[in-house]
Amino acid sequence: MWRYILPGAVFLVLVGFLGAGLFRDPTLVPSPLIGKPAPAFSLPKVENAAETISLEQYKGRVFVLNVWGTWCVACRQEHEMLLAIAREGVVPLVGLNWKDDRTQAQAWLAQLGNPYDASAFDEEGRVGIDWGVYGAPETFLVDGNGQVLFKYISPMTREVWEKEFLPRIQTARQGATS
Amino acid sequence: MKHFAVGLVIALLVVMQPASAFDSELAFQDPAMQERYENMTRLLRCPMCQNQAIADSPVGVAADLRRELREQMAAGRTDLEIMDFMTARYGDFILYNPPVKPKTWLLWAAPVLLLLIGLVSAAVVIMRRSKGEMDDAADDTSNPGAGTA
Repeated sequence: MWRYILPGAVFLVLVGFLGAGLFRDPTLVPSPLIGKPAPAFSLPKVENAAETISLEQYKGRVFVLNVWGTWCVACRQEHEMLLAIAREGVVPLVGLNWKDDRTQAQAWLAQLGNPYDASAFDEEGRVGIDWGVYGAPETFLVDGNGQVLFKYISPMTREVWEKEFLPRIQTARQGATS
Repeated sequence: MKHFAVGLVIALLVVMQPASAFDSELAFQDPAMQERYENMTRLLRCPMCQNQAIADSPVGVAADLRRELREQMAAGRTDLEIMDFMTARYGDFILYNPPVKPKTWLLWAAPVLLLLIGLVSAAVVIMRRSKGEMDDAADDTSNPGAGTA
């Protein structure tokens, strides 16, 4: 009897593991920053090198940090959605212009529209490293206490925004007011 | 002896290649530091191009991480401190050697477990076989079609 059940059971366990692996995206590296304080930064703005943008300025506010670059094709893909989010105005969008060229970044914003409250110009990618950025686009949600709530890797879509971001923004605000 | 010499030269050439084909120059003048640097670039995994170490990857983030590594080594930080810096940002994912913790114990124990299962199964089979013809015959009647091999 066992000689049938045992290999069968082993086989099913293997199928379970392999099957689970099949439906996971191995290119998504889980961020260890979730639930931790957002890494501080203070960088010149893309729009104006004389002005600084820092984490401090968003203290007490729920905000979204979106990592982008003009070299990033998928960023162009999500740009319309970012503009829509900006229009709806639920939270401020902070840009992290990552490893880019300022002139090109400015041209991008002028041409396609600027969804951001402001964009930080991280030419050397150091702030990117602090945030564990490895590709663009990446989108972080930070709450009023400066805690990273969520990270989404891939172009933003309406579905992701409504399913993953909006509910978290709501709970973050309820938590803050209670 | 001649073969040995040739082999040694080839081995040295392999060992002496720069840490990354993408670093234009040596990171450190001190050979010991350079060796340490090269070892570290092979222990850190590129988060973007996942089957490469940061030593082997041409993408920007790998170059940035190599720069970070160089600067931190130059500042006198230990390997452990640098690894902590990296995992705080990119998670255990960035380590080619995953740490032993509850989540990974199965991963680390699997080779030993599989070996044990193999040994036990082999022992059971051998003991059954060595019991002789009588048991085999009994086996056959209880399992028609199971074969007599």
